Amino acid sequence: MQPVLKIDNLSVQLPKGADRQHALEYVSFEVHPGEILCLVGESGSGKSVTGLSVMGLLPKGQLTPVSGQILLQDENLLEASDERLRDLRCTGMSMIFQEPMTALNPVMRCGDQIDEVLRTHIRLAPKERTQRILRIMEEVRLPEPKRLINTYPHQLSGGQRQRIMIAMALVLEPVLLIADEPTTALDVTTQASILQLIRDIQRDHQTGVLFITHDFGVVAEIADRVAVMQWGKVVEFGEAKQVLSNPQHAYTRMLIRSVPSMTPSQRERDASAQVVLNTSGLSKTYSERAFFRSTRTVHAVQKVDLEVRRGETLGIVGESGSGKTTVARCIARLTDPSSGEIFLDGKEIGRLRTGQLRPYRRRIQIIFQDPYRSLNPRRVVGDSIIEGATNYGLPRDKALERARSLMELVQLDPNVLDRFPHQFSGGQRQRICIARALTMEPEVLIADEAVSALDVSVQAQVLKLLDDVRKHFNLALLFITHDLRVAAQICDTMAVMSQSKVVEYGLTRDVFTNPQHEYTQSLLNAAPGKGWDFGAFLAP
Amino acid sequence: MSAPEESPIALEVDSAASAAAVSRPRTVLQMLVRNPSVCFGGVVLVVMLLTALLAPFLGTIDPSNIDPIYRNKVPGTERMLRLDDGSEVPITHWMGTDMLGRDVYSRVIYGSQISLVVGLAVAILSIAVGLTIGLVSGYIRWLDGIVMRIMDGLMAIPGILLAIALMSLFNAGLGTVIFAIFIPEIPRVVRLVRSIVLSIREEPYVEAAISVGTSVPLILIRHVLPNTIAPLIVQGTYICASAILVEAILSFLGVGIPPEIPTWGNIMAEGRMLFRVFPHNLLYPGIFLAFTILAVNVLGDGLRDTLDPRMAKRLG
Repeated sequence: MQPVLKIDNLSVQLPKGADRQHALEYVSFEVHPGEILCLVGESGSGKSVTGLSVMGLLPKGQLTPVSGQILLQDENLLEASDERLRDLRCTGMSMIFQEPMTALNPVMRCGDQIDEVLRTHIRLAPKERTQRILRIMEEVRLPEPKRLINTYPHQLSGGQRQRIMIAMALVLEPVLLIADEPTTALDVTTQASILQLIRDIQRDHQTGVLFITHDFGVVAEIADRVAVMQWGKVVEFGEAKQVLSNPQHAYTRMLIRSVPSMTPSQRERDASAQVVLNTSGLSKTYSERAFFRSTRTVHAVQKVDLEVRRGETLGIVGESGSGKTTVARCIARLTDPSSGEIFLDGKEIGRLRTGQLRPYRRRIQIIFQDPYRSLNPRRVVGDSIIEGATNYGLPRDKALERARSLMELVQLDPNVLDRFPHQFSGGQRQRICIARALTMEPEVLIADEAVSALDVSVQAQVLKLLDDVRKHFNLALLFITHDLRVAAQICDTMAVMSQSKVVEYGLTRDVFTNPQHEYTQSLLNAAPGKGWDFGAFLAP
Repeated sequence: MSAPEESPIALEVDSAASAAAVSRPRTVLQMLVRNPSVCFGGVVLVVMLLTALLAPFLGTIDPSNIDPIYRNKVPGTERMLRLDDGSEVPITHWMGTDMLGRDVYSRVIYGSQISLVVGLAVAILSIAVGLTIGLVSGYIRWLDGIVMRIMDGLMAIPGILLAIALMSLFNAGLGTVIFAIFIPEIPRVVRLVRSIVLSIREEPYVEAAISVGTSVPLILIRHVLPNTIAPLIVQGTYICASAILVEAILSFLGVGIPPEIPTWGNIMAEGRMLFRVFPHNLLYPGIFLAFTILAVNVLGDGLRDTLDPRMAKRLG
C-alpha cells in the first residue's frame, strides 16, 4: 500500500546559539492510510517540529529544513510553493493542536470557523455548506449541532472545543491528520472520548494519523505503530505492541520503565501514627458581587473532611475544576476557607489571622506545579531557599549551611546556590523548590501537581525524591494530582474529588481495586493504557 | 539495566548549562550600547546635560543683560560689550538678540538648565510617589478601590488648568511648576505599577514567599519591586519629555516660570510678537526643545526594546 506520508532523511537546522545544531536529524518514517502512527518523546525531542515541517508551518528564518524530503502522496512538500501548501492544508493534510481555546478564534462563531475552511477551499452554495457543517459536527459527536453552530468557543467545554477543531480539520476529508498532543490539556474522561473519536473517524475515512504525544498511556490506547524520538532523532520505530512490550533502545526502555503503573504499590502504613493534619467540613465559596445583579456564589470546595498521619501520603485526585487545588491552598492558608476547620496537631489554624498564623505557617509547606514560575527569576536560588529560614530568625550563614545540606539531599550540587533559576532544568528547579520547602522543617508537605509539568523520566525521579523525603523526615505528604498512575504509586490513602466534593475516600489499594462511587469507576476506566503493564518487559 | 540509562540527571545538567551559556552571554549594559536608539538619545541628552551644567563657560554673557541699542539684531551681529569693570570685549550674537537687546544664544543655553531640571525632577518625583502608591494599592486589595478612585479623580483634572490654578494660588516659581506638572503624572505611574503588581502577586514564587512567612513589605521589595523597574525607566523617559514640553507651554502661556528667568518657553513667548520679522527668537529655542524631546523619546523607545525583548519582537 502506498503511504500517505513519507518522510525521508529529514533534517531541520536550529538557529545559531541553540543548545544543539539540528532540531531534527535524518528523520525517516511513513504513515499509511488508516494507520495511527504515534510520535513519542519528551519535551525538546523534536516531535512537534516534525509535525510543523509537514504542515509547512515552521517559523521562517529560525527553523530551516536542510535535507531530506517530505512526501505527501508523492508530492514533495519541501519544494511546494506557499500557495500550493495553503491549498493542501485541510484538503490534503490537517493539524489539530494541544490547546483548543487558543487555536480557535475567540470572536468568531464555531460554525463560521468551520465554514471558513469550506469557503477557502471549495465552491459550494451557502445551504450546502451549512449542511456539510452540520454533518461533520454530528460526526464528531457534538450534541445539538444546530445550536452549537452559533456559539462562541468560550461557551463550549474543552472537549467540545477540541471536537470543533477536529471537525475543522476533517471537514474536507484530508488523507493525513496530524494531532499534536490533542488531549494533553483535557481531563482524563474527556481524553478517553476524544481518543475514541479520533480512532473511529480515521477508521471510517481511512485517514492516516500522525499522533504526537508524550504519554505512553495514550500510545498504548491508540497507536498502531510508534516512533520514539530523542534529541531530534528517531531512536526506535516499530509496531506499538512490539515497542511497548519489548523496547530495544536504552532510551525507550528508560522512558517506558518510568511510566508509573496503575497497580497500586504495596506500601506499609502505620495506622497508629499520629494524625498531623485533619480538616472538618472545610468549604470555600466564592461570591461574585456585582452592581445591579444578584450575588452569584460558586462553591469551590464543599464540606471536605480529610486526615493525614505522620509519615503518610494522602492523595487528592480529581479533574480540573474539582476543587482539589483549592483544598490545598486553604490548608496552606494561601486562601482563606469560608467555613470549616483545619487542625494542625489538634490546633485549629483555619481562622487564625496573619500574625497568629506565623508560628504555624512554617509547619505546612507547599510545592507548586510550574517549576518555571515558582522561583523568582531575579534571585539566585540560594537566596530563594534560605528566605524562609531567615524569616524565622536563623542567621544567614547557618541558613546557607542548611541549604547546602538540603541541596545534597535533593541530589543537586551544593555549590550551585549562587546560580539563577534559568540556569536549571525543570526537574532541577522542582528539586530546588523541594529544598526550599524543607528548610522550614515542615510537618506537612503539600505537593500541588508538583510533577505534572515534568517529562516522564524526570517525573519518576522527582516522585522518588518526594517519597524519600517523606520517609527521611517522617512528613505527612498531601499529594494533589490528576494523574491516577502517579497517585497509585505514591499515595497511601486517597480522596477522589468531583465537583467540589470528596466522592470517595479510602486506602489507595481499595479505591483502585474496588471503587465504590461511579465517578471513581469512570475515572479509572478512562485512564489511558489502563490495561497495559508498562514495566512488564523488566520481568525475567 | 545498563549504566548509561541511569544518568538522565547528568544529561539534564549539561543541556541546561549550555543553553544558559548560549542564550545569556551579554549584560544589560552591552545590550544597551548595541541599540542605536539608546546611543543616539543618550548622546544627545548627555550633550544637553553638559550644556546646561557648563552654561557659564560656553561663551555666554549674562542672559538678562538688557541693551536697548542692540535690540532685535539678526543672528551673527558683532559688537563690543562693556563689562562691569569698564573694559570692552568683542562678542558675536550667534542667535541674534531679542526685543530688549538680550543675547538669545545665552538665554537658550541658560534656559536648558530649567528644562532639564523640570524634566528630571518631574520624572523622578512622579515615579517615586507613583511607585509607592501603586505597590501598596496593587498588593493590598481593600485599599485598591479607594486609591484607584482617587487616581481616577486626579486623572480627570487637566494638567495645564491645574498648573494655572496653582500659579494663581502660590508664587510662580520653579517649585510650583514642578509640583503642578508632576501631580497629574502620578495616576499614570500608579496604573502601570498596579497592573504589574496584580500579575506578579499571582506568581507561584510570591505565594511560595507567603508560605515561608515573608512579611508583606519584604515581599513587595524582594519579589514585586524588581519587576517594575524596567517598565518604570521607560515610562520615566516619556514623563520627562512631556514635563519639558508642558513647562515650555506653561512659560509660553505666561503662567510658568517668571519672565526674568530665561526658559525656552519664556523666550518663545516673548519672541512670538515679532515672529514674522525676526523668526530667530522663536526658531532657536524651538530647535533645542524639539531636539531634546526627540532624544528623550528615542531613548525611551530604545530602552523599552532592550529591557523588554518581547515588546521589541512584537514591533520588529
